[in-house]
Amino acid sequence: MNYREGEPIKDTKAPEGPIEDRWEKRKFSARLVNPANKRKINVIVVGTGLAGGSAAATLGELGYKVKSFCYQDSPRRAHSIAAQGGINAAKNYRGDGDSIYRLFYDTVKGGDFRARESNVYRLAQVSVNIIDQAVAQGVPFAREYGGLLDTRSFGGAQVSRTFYARGQTGQQLLLGAYSALERQIAAGTVEMHTRHEMLELIVSDGRARGVVVRDMVTGEVETHLADAVVLATGGYGNVFFLSTNAKGCNTTAIWRAHQKGAMFANPCYTQIHPTCIPVSGEYQSKLTLMSESLRNDGRVWVPLHKGDQRPAGEIPEDERDYYLERIYPAFGNLVPRDIASRAAKNVCDEGRGVGPGGLGVYLDFADAIARLGREAVEKKYGNLFEMYERITGEDPYTQPMRIYPAVHYTMGGLWVDYDLQSSIPGLFVIGEANFSDHGANRLGASALMQGLADGYFVLPTTIGDYLADAHRFDAIDDQQVAEAEIAVKNRIEKLLSVNGTRTADSFHRELGKLMWDYCGMERTEEGLRKALERIPELRAEFWRDVKVSGVNEELNQALERAGRVADFFDLAELMCLDALHRTESCGGHFRAESQDADGEALRDDEHFAYVAAWESTPDGPVLHKEDLQYEYVKMTQRSYK
Amino acid sequence: MAVSGAVLVFFLVAHMAGNLKIFAGAESFNGYAAWLREVGYPLLPHRGLLTLLEAGLVVAIAAHMYSAIVLARRAAHARPVKYAAKVRSRADGYATRTMRWGGVIIFFFVIYHLLDMTFGVANPEGHAATPFDRMVAGFEPARWYITVFYVISVVMVGLHLRHGLWSALQTLGLARRHPVLKAGATGLSALLTIGFLVVPLAITFGVVR
Amino acid sequence: MNLTLKVWRQSGPDDDGRLVRYEIEDVSPDMSFLEMLDVLNERLILAGDDPVAFDHDCREGICGMCSMMIDGVAHGPQKNTTTCQLHMRHYKDGDTIVIEPWRARPFPVVKDLVVDRSAFDRIIQAGGFISVPAGSAPDAHATPVPKLDADAAFDAATCIGCGACVAACPNGSASLFTAAKITHLGLLPQGQPERGSRARAMVEQMDEEGFGGCTNTGECTAVCPKGIPLDTIARMNADYLRASRKSG
Ligand SMILES: Cc1cc2nc3c(=O)[nH]c(=O)nc-3n(C[C@H](O)[C@H](O)[C@H](O)COP(=O)(O)OP(=O)(O)OC[C@H]3O[C@@H](n4cnc5c(N)ncnc54)[C@H](O)[C@@H]3O)c2cc1C
Ligand code: HEM
Ligand code: SF4
Ligand code: FES
Repeated sequence: MNYREGEPIKDTKAPEGPIEDRWEKRKFSARLVNPANKRKINVIVVGTGLAGGSAAATLGELGYKVKSFCYQDSPRRAHSIAAQGGINAAKNYRGDGDSIYRLFYDTVKGGDFRARESNVYRLAQVSVNIIDQAVAQGVPFAREYGGLLDTRSFGGAQVSRTFYARGQTGQQLLLGAYSALERQIAAGTVEMHTRHEMLELIVSDGRARGVVVRDMVTGEVETHLADAVVLATGGYGNVFFLSTNAKGCNTTAIWRAHQKGAMFANPCYTQIHPTCIPVSGEYQSKLTLMSESLRNDGRVWVPLHKGDQRPAGEIPEDERDYYLERIYPAFGNLVPRDIASRAAKNVCDEGRGVGPGGLGVYLDFADAIARLGREAVEKKYGNLFEMYERITGEDPYTQPMRIYPAVHYTMGGLWVDYDLQSSIPGLFVIGEANFSDHGANRLGASALMQGLADGYFVLPTTIGDYLADAHRFDAIDDQQVAEAEIAVKNRIEKLLSVNGTRTADSFHRELGKLMWDYCGMERTEEGLRKALERIPELRAEFWRDVKVSGVNEELNQALERAGRVADFFDLAELMCLDALHRTESCGGHFRAESQDADGEALRDDEHFAYVAAWESTPDGPVLHKEDLQYEYVKMTQRSYK
Repeated sequence: MAVSGAVLVFFLVAHMAGNLKIFAGAESFNGYAAWLREVGYPLLPHRGLLTLLEAGLVVAIAAHMYSAIVLARRAAHARPVKYAAKVRSRADGYATRTMRWGGVIIFFFVIYHLLDMTFGVANPEGHAATPFDRMVAGFEPARWYITVFYVISVVMVGLHLRHGLWSALQTLGLARRHPVLKAGATGLSALLTIGFLVVPLAITFGVVR
Repeated sequence: MNLTLKVWRQSGPDDDGRLVRYEIEDVSPDMSFLEMLDVLNERLILAGDDPVAFDHDCREGICGMCSMMIDGVAHGPQKNTTTCQLHMRHYKDGDTIVIEPWRARPFPVVKDLVVDRSAFDRIIQAGGFISVPAGSAPDAHATPVPKLDADAAFDAATCIGCGACVAACPNGSASLFTAAKITHLGLLPQGQPERGSRARAMVEQMDEEGFGGCTNTGECTAVCPKGIPLDTIARMNADYLRASRKSG
């Protein structure tokens, strides 16, 4: 696949001046819409996760007429519900030296200097309000005996700034946003459409003006028009087939928008989480995350010798390799996610992995149990141990857990400016769906923060500025609407008519394996080229040989899947292209060619300190570079030794 | 349901206490029965209070049954299509599962029981005898099957109460620490069951004659 | 292992529906229940048949989407476990498993094992929230909450809205679901201003949806994957009665 380089992106619309004042400035410069007019303005919000749910509720509260969509049977089930660990906020309730500036600094550094300073600073500022908002809504965060909120340190942060609700922070935050959304639905400001999947974006006169959706119960293809469209459809980790994402997570909404002109930024930045339950067999349908907190007390090891088949208990101490402690004595088992993941891959590649297929490493609690007693361990991790046992049938109290890295989060997404507006005017993108504020690597507990910052606080302000002109927008072009609708119908028709010999899932599995092997934890030029060769072949096979049973006019899960898989092929190709062009290693993107003498990731700031924003054109992808300037945080190489 | 049930429970407690007077001998028991009829006289007519109580009981029983029927109909309405597989209960409690049929059985028992003790129609001594004689005759050893019937019925009532008592507390929003209350409900039902059982058993086994 | 499945098939709301028998071979004990159905569906699709429609998403027991009555038990035989977290090691070779959708009038079948649970959303719409516009909240530490209250509120807040309680309840009552939310919000200081009106509105909405009445059978708690306790129902009733008394 060839690409061409286009105009660099000059302006991201971030205000100038001291970083602390930029968001204040923008809030003041954003024009307001008078309340009487708001009632006449329609906004479509696709997605009801933390980002979309909070945005729809807030826009409804402000008086706009909102239509909200999700593919599940209730907005409460968006994938945000699965987040376990917690949410960061620079409250400094502990007085342990945290501050907005420190959260900003940690995020820029953690993102391996591939995020925008202005955006990240705003995120850190707004983080404080999120906690207030959530608590006022009744989110039952963990508390201490004094009745004040408890926090913990997470993902290697040196301050304790992560607020949590047992192992179910995402669920509780989402239920907060969901209840706010339901309140607006009852008030009549938000019209909810569940079991509706967005399949196309309507662009008219250069502006995003609506969506085409399929009613997943009746199969009816519907058109909804509006003055602005907000996409909050989450991440695309499912391109790998196996990931910690929910089964329905997809790229369709953002990919359609990309095809309609929205730029896609940094598609190759993928976060791989080190502590997931390994694959148990061919039929595996998804992977389950075990909270990162386990690494606080568990010790990671593999047998010293290749091919050692003895059960863990029979391997003596001196024939075990506690490789994280050995390689990274300063951080040990607590090294950042990407490093822990790659180390696990390396030992397994050496043939020292454990469990089925040799794809696993031990996470051992024997020492912790000896030191703290079983009861204390149970108190801390009881529910996680139970979950592990439910899935594997093994008892982690008596036998070490087996873990393996899995795809978890995608830092890439649709390119947006400081206002969260994409390169299509009137199309706003929030939450994991945008290319976000996390650069090349996201810190633990920062995705929830970003989704809610976008939805409750940033978007409602910035979209107003755009909508202040709504009365001047041209009438929607019927031709464009009709074309979008026909495109959707044709695609459905095409999928149903192939009538081949393989299921969509079997193609998806194959694509996922390819991506995992060549565009996963470690990427090489050779592998990426191989993938770029194979993906178009596989896609052609898919369109020739896929089998989708049933008809459109019914609840047809085979059809839903096939449509999503078709888009994953196209996305996969762009991911590999992006990974191939970025010959440096940074954050979640590790190019084997770019490492230092110790095998650590080596950034190339001279050539790659930019956001890679891809435009889709009839003659192939065009790369637009947005240079990243660091005025506040000095660029340094990460080191965890 | 809870309110009418509560009325019935209070009745049962009083009733059991009254029954236990049988151990104090015929006089005492007959006196008690007579007192029941005369209390409040002349302020109230003869049998005044008793009639009032009886009326209250009838109302409570009717209300109780009416609520039960409404609940059952709502349940049937809420699940128009039944499960094909036999639904396996996961909650503990035979008592809980037998509330509806148990209630019906108890109802029939009460009817028989009234014919037996109050109206004497089903009693060998007939209507004219003293309550004490009716009672003793009713449970005489030869009529052991009547005793067995009473025993089964009373146990049924005990079960009904065990769930009913606790459930009423739940419904009235009083149950907060439910293990404690559950134990309380079980205790009171056991007490009532035993209290009711000793009398017929004592007669049948000749302790009271 | 080899198993016989009897699965409820119903092409749409107007179809009568019936149990259909499928034989399934080589089921691995490490498979999840849904993975076993995935295997069946792959086979059905290839044969040109309609795959069994069932709701699922997270497959980690938190989204509340999966919902199957397995051999007459909501979510199947393992306690505190959603259908998606149930694994095949609980079955043995030769077993027959009957799989049905949740059954309740307010949960009409959409197709096969998929039901419409929007009644739950409407119960929440009636009052399952604390009214607080974005940006108007006071500092989070302005109101301390005793840890025990916060913990108890949390226990109730863990409800995933799956509907197993309704499915298992002999009365088809939604009391446990409704009570969980009323308890969660009612235990927190932030939830006090709307406590009475919330309880009334939610209970009335629940009745209006056509759910049955609660007789405290406890079947709901027993199958609830999050173990929501029955106490919540007592709290709901107390709040409801108090609110009804106040406003007559
Ligand atoms: C297992 C797990 C644990 C995690 N733990 C943490 C954590 O501890 N801390 C943290 O900060 N982050 C965590 N994350 C990341 C975080 O949960 C997500 O990044 C974040 O919740 C995404 O929110 P969102 O609102 O952008 O999207 P989502 O919550 O994914 O919502 C997407 C919404 O879009 C809708 N949608 C999608 N496609 C379509 C379509 N085509 N048509 C219509 N609707 C559509 C869906 O119905 C859904 O409503 C975790 C992620 C996972 C997978
Ligand atoms: C074995 C236990 C019981 C014995 C020995 C017993 C005995 C009696 C007697 C002697 C009377 C007549 C009293 C009188 O005429 O003054 C009576 C009345 C009655 N009993 Fe029982 N009883 C028993 C259990 C029950 C139970 C379990 C119930 C209810 C569920 C019940 C309900 C009634 C009622 C409704 C009356 C009529 C009260 C009235 O209006 O006079 N009894 N019983
Ligand atoms: S109370 Fe339990 S069973 Fe009922 S919806 Fe909530 S989680 Fe499901
Ligand atoms: S699929 Fe989410 S709870 Fe089962």
